[in-house]
Amino acid sequence: MLQDKDRIFTNLYGFQDWGIEGARKRGDWSGTRELIDKGRDWICEEIKSSGLRGRGGAGFPTGVKWTFMPKEPTGQPHYLVVNADEGEPGTCKDRDMMRNDPHKLVEGCLLAGAGMGANAAYIYIRGEFYTEAEHLQTAIEQAYNAGLLGKNACGSGMEFDVYLHRGAGAYICGEEMALIESLEGKKGQPRLKPPFPAMMGLYGCPTTVNNVETIAVVPTILRRGAGWFSSFGRENNTGTKVFCISGHVNHPCNVEESLSIPLKELIEKHAGGVRGGWDNLKAIIPGGSSVPMLPKTICEEVLMDYDSLREQHSGLGTAAVIVMDKSTDLVAAIARLSKFYKHESCGQCTPCREGTGWMWRVMERLVTGDAEIEEIDMLLEVSKQIEGHTICALGDAAAWPIQGLMRHFRDEVENRIRTKSRENFKAA
Amino acid sequence: MAKVTIDGKELEVPDGITVLQACELAGKEIPRFCYHERLSVAGNCRMCLVEVSPGPPKPAASCALPVGDGMKVKTSSPMVKKAREGVMEFLLINHPLDCPICDQGGECDLQDQSMAYGVGESRFRENKRAVPDKNIGPLVKTQMTRCIQCTRCVRFITEVAGVEELGATGRGENMEITTYVEKALSSELSANIVDLCPVGALTSKPYAFNARPWELSRTESVDAMDAIGSNIRIDSRGREVMRVLPLQNDEINEEWISDKTRYACDGLRRQRLDTPYVRRAGKLEPASWDEAFAAIKQRVNVIDGKKIAAIAGDQADCESMVALKDLMIKLGSTNIDCRQDGALIDTKSRSGYIFNTTIAGIEESDVCLLIGTNPRLEAPVLNSRLRKSWMTTGLKVGMIGMGYDLTYPYEQLGAGPQTLQEINQGKNSFRKYLDNAEKPMLVLGQGALVREDAFAVLHLAREIADQTGMVTENWNGFNVLHTAAARVGGLDVGFVPSNPNMSVSDVVAGAEMVYLLAADEISMGQLSSSFVIYQGHHGDAGAHVADVILPGAAYTEKSATFVNTEGRVQRGTKAVFPPGNAREDWTIIRALSDHLGHCLSYDSVGALRERMIEINDIFSMPNQIIPSRWGSFGADTGVSAKPFLNPIVNFYMTDPISRASETMANCTRDILGTEDKTGTDG
Repeated sequence: MLQDKDRIFTNLYGFQDWGIEGARKRGDWSGTRELIDKGRDWICEEIKSSGLRGRGGAGFPTGVKWTFMPKEPTGQPHYLVVNADEGEPGTCKDRDMMRNDPHKLVEGCLLAGAGMGANAAYIYIRGEFYTEAEHLQTAIEQAYNAGLLGKNACGSGMEFDVYLHRGAGAYICGEEMALIESLEGKKGQPRLKPPFPAMMGLYGCPTTVNNVETIAVVPTILRRGAGWFSSFGRENNTGTKVFCISGHVNHPCNVEESLSIPLKELIEKHAGGVRGGWDNLKAIIPGGSSVPMLPKTICEEVLMDYDSLREQHSGLGTAAVIVMDKSTDLVAAIARLSKFYKHESCGQCTPCREGTGWMWRVMERLVTGDAEIEEIDMLLEVSKQIEGHTICALGDAAAWPIQGLMRHFRDEVENRIRTKSRENFKAA
Repeated sequence: MAKVTIDGKELEVPDGITVLQACELAGKEIPRFCYHERLSVAGNCRMCLVEVSPGPPKPAASCALPVGDGMKVKTSSPMVKKAREGVMEFLLINHPLDCPICDQGGECDLQDQSMAYGVGESRFRENKRAVPDKNIGPLVKTQMTRCIQCTRCVRFITEVAGVEELGATGRGENMEITTYVEKALSSELSANIVDLCPVGALTSKPYAFNARPWELSRTESVDAMDAIGSNIRIDSRGREVMRVLPLQNDEINEEWISDKTRYACDGLRRQRLDTPYVRRAGKLEPASWDEAFAAIKQRVNVIDGKKIAAIAGDQADCESMVALKDLMIKLGSTNIDCRQDGALIDTKSRSGYIFNTTIAGIEESDVCLLIGTNPRLEAPVLNSRLRKSWMTTGLKVGMIGMGYDLTYPYEQLGAGPQTLQEINQGKNSFRKYLDNAEKPMLVLGQGALVREDAFAVLHLAREIADQTGMVTENWNGFNVLHTAAARVGGLDVGFVPSNPNMSVSDVVAGAEMVYLLAADEISMGQLSSSFVIYQGHHGDAGAHVADVILPGAAYTEKSATFVNTEGRVQRGTKAVFPPGNAREDWTIIRALSDHLGHCLSYDSVGALRERMIEINDIFSMPNQIIPSRWGSFGADTGVSAKPFLNPIVNFYMTDPISRASETMANCTRDILGTEDKTGTDG
């Protein structure tokens, strides 16, 4: 179990002051100028060797991503865009970080900006996060007033601005290209890649989009060293991570833990165990609504990190652990997720626009058993027709939960159809 | 150059093109709905998926992927086939199965491609989606349930037409194409979205349920509604023109046409002159050809040849103008004019009255000065080139004349010739842009030439062109934009009075007989004491004052030569026969000459065209741009203070055909809103 001295988010629960005074007490903004002075290459190298991978879901190595930015000034501004449009069902980590520890993010923007040669950072925050936006805006203003941001940020001679932009609550605007479109004032629809944002992003300028957590952990990594950070977890899955545990557990919570912690240990230690005991567990969605669920047998053994979950045909995603005990109607749960993706599809490209609605409607019928057994295979085929054929990953995200359900709980779905058809037969 | 392998075939392709274009170079057709060569890439239909290595193990949208050296592309692997079948299935699940009653049927991309990638049976058991139709004006009919959200229409209206009036609202399966607030599209190019729509969501309103594509005979021809000479395809059934579509010509109209070009054709069915008329006791009465000719002969015999004048209208073809000119010479008259709007154009040098830069050349220009012209109304297709040049290379535009929303930004410099003088003397700030430009150009509109000081304006413009380096060995930036299809041809065949300072009102002044060759736009009041012969196809202003009417053919009904504003000689083709007793125009003049005893020497169209070449060599080189030598024209006579006025007020009604068109009347009412509305009108 991660010791308190190794936690990055020491005010995750909001017991202390979230303002600049409290932040300074927790060690934020100390020695920031010295870190900037060590230079861009040092920052990138440090982040690379820390093994930090993107915390928004895809898990791309952060240091490598930063090196995609142009090395020399291009005559255009370079941007860091922070994705604070946390909308993945089950996920609530960024919200707590921004509400209770906003200075971690603001300082992270400055240091990450120094690491990638950005001139400004835009934080795109989800519209529903009202208090969080207020806190973050206050934190930004405090930093400006303290001379930590602006013309001569932290006295380093670097000019760096941070802007907060509130979204309107569309899930798709959490996709990096749709987020950029939305930030530019357009309809939130993912753009085609290539060109990648590091070449042509916000307003056509070189841009890097990072998750809140990815940026917020940067100052602590730089301060305590890459070696410290990479001492947690397994190789290639290093560092600490905030897990959001929700659903049928005794104490739902956000908790910072080291990566590669066994899933069972995570739930037993931090969330007070599954409601009604571990044996009452039915399935867990380990990384937010987009990733396929895992049955109890796999949950016993699996480690909470990028690679071991991928081996189980699931994913770490945002590390939002959704626990479902035996009272759960899994088909109804997945049908609800299908409805969510149908509702949040931007409608731009064909497979997602047409397919998510189709899948949801079939799922609704599977909930009542009002379907044919063959339709399960058809549904899986439709999900395969969407997966990998769309502009962004929302299509994949809509397909995976259904595939996960059918992979592990197909019997349950089939039984329901058989029962229903027997009932219908009797009624006739 | 990049080396790519497409389906095992290795070939070199230019850098920077997309995989889709490379596949086409390799002769592989890639199905697509959203991709269009002339619009930005959307990549949203996902029909053009191909397998690309190296790359992720999933198919890639070929329309948006740039080629890379060493790329291997598979266009028909099982993965690709499966992906396309999947996309096709998705497109069809919510598409209504109403092809039998859909106007797009028979020329529908979705229909065609579902033959290749569709499956026979639907697996979709849910209810299909229905989408409310939109009212976007009198030209484009919507059936939005059929829409596949490819957004070609949105991109065309935004990028090419330059009016941001179409967009998508809603998301997911609720996404709809709409004008946001119900309104008619205001662009003069709006109906091109009917051609662009790959399904039957946007169809032609005036043509709705009129014909099936396989019933129509197709004739490739040239448009006569403006001076651009857009290449068109005339689709006819029997004796009727059913519709007009654009033909691709990258040098002229790319693949767009204006709404007038497309939709004025229903005017060809109304108000037609289908038999000769002779005025007897103040009343026009139907007559035979012989009677009509006899009535003319009777008059000609008693009139001095010098007292005869002939005016050619805006849609007159070169053949009939040559024939009429020859006849007038034989009758002893030099009072002829093809500039019925009263423009004074110096014909000393051809470079002084054509669009020397060429329409395609606009894209190379970096600074453009518009003088007394509103290209959006005078030549919408040419205006879209100016906009394209602004979009791609940032064309800087200055304007002297009446302001208007041209769909691209311009600097308003002044209203009249004084501003021209200021630029000439280097006193205007715009002068520095012209001086520093690599390929500057200016466009003189008819608004700058339909004036008494036209020669002085021409002279000033010519001086500016000389001083700012607009004319070099391989660039000529001096341009005149005409509004009439007949104008450059008329000037090329010399259908102008012998005295260059005479305008059309001087030509008809004192004439005892006036021959109007489809000329309807001159002020008819000045003809009240003359014997008027009107030869034309519509019962418009000219026919009303005529003493003898000779029914001619409209541009769709004759094989005729037109010269566009660039000086490009193009030949239109006869698509249908003229109605009733009407005849092709040059044959009428030829027959009349015989009656009058001044028989013209040619009795076939071939011989007449020989005669045209004899008059002007340019007619021997159709479809080409022959650069004109930079000569002298204009006169340094001093300008007036009057501002330049735009010649076109109502774009939709400029000639007898469009004035007779019901569709154009609807556009005038719904888009321009110029008709008074009554209490029951909405």
